[in-house]
Amino acid sequence: MIPLEYYLAVASVIFVIGVTGVIIARNIIIIFMSIELMLNAGNLTLIAFSRSLSGMDGHIMVFMVMTVAAAEAAVGLAIIIALFRHRDSANIDEVNLLKW
Amino acid sequence: MELAIFLISALVAIAAAFLVVIQRNPIAAVMYLVTAFVAQAVLFIQLNAAFIAVLQIIVYAGAIMVLFLFVIMLLNLRREEYGKDIRLKFKPIVVALGIVLLVEAVVAIQAASMSAHGDGSLPEMFGSIQSVGKLLFTDYLYPFELTSVLLLVAVLGAVVMAKRKL
Repeated sequence: MIPLEYYLAVASVIFVIGVTGVIIARNIIIIFMSIELMLNAGNLTLIAFSRSLSGMDGHIMVFMVMTVAAAEAAVGLAIIIALFRHRDSANIDEVNLLKW
Repeated sequence: MELAIFLISALVAIAAAFLVVIQRNPIAAVMYLVTAFVAQAVLFIQLNAAFIAVLQIIVYAGAIMVLFLFVIMLLNLRREEYGKDIRLKFKPIVVALGIVLLVEAVVAIQAASMSAHGDGSLPEMFGSIQSVGKLLFTDYLYPFELTSVLLLVAVLGAVVMAKRKL
């Protein structure tokens, strides 16, 4: 059996990649995908702890996270479509109406 | 053997995640993200979470990523709109933040390895559809019902957002 720490290490690396992606990317769709990456890293830690503690509650939490991710993807992509209709661009730097 | 499968799928997941972030073409990024999700599904299977692994492939790699692809094709981005490059002026900040986060994660993992000590024995049917479903309809019935409300709100929100005129 592979130790719990290995899974946590993989999940933390993927999470950090997701965080840097949100900061570094210009394309709003790539930023959105980085958020999905972070959610997935969280799922991996939940499943790893669930296996390590021999309890099934982590699986239910992952189920809920997947539901939230689906809802978030639907609403977020609708926002991207509305944004593209107004700005005609997927570049996040051009969306600066609320910037001071 | 077990360790080899773990190492391969972990490396594929990390490499694909990295490629998603540095990719300029959104379609290619979606494909790499699907690769990362499939590699994570392999990790889930190794953790005796068969149902969650299937869910990961059907819901994440299937449904959500197809939604991404639809939106990218709907937007009809021209090549110059991919963005010139990743934002290089943020590079030092990103590197510093990444290192800080990783160090934090290492400290947290060391703390976790002290607190979590399962003996590795599993109850029967661990991670099967049957046991997940049983939990969902007994202990977690109320949150499970609430997810339906969440999905309903998401549907309404998506329609309101994407509609040209109400």
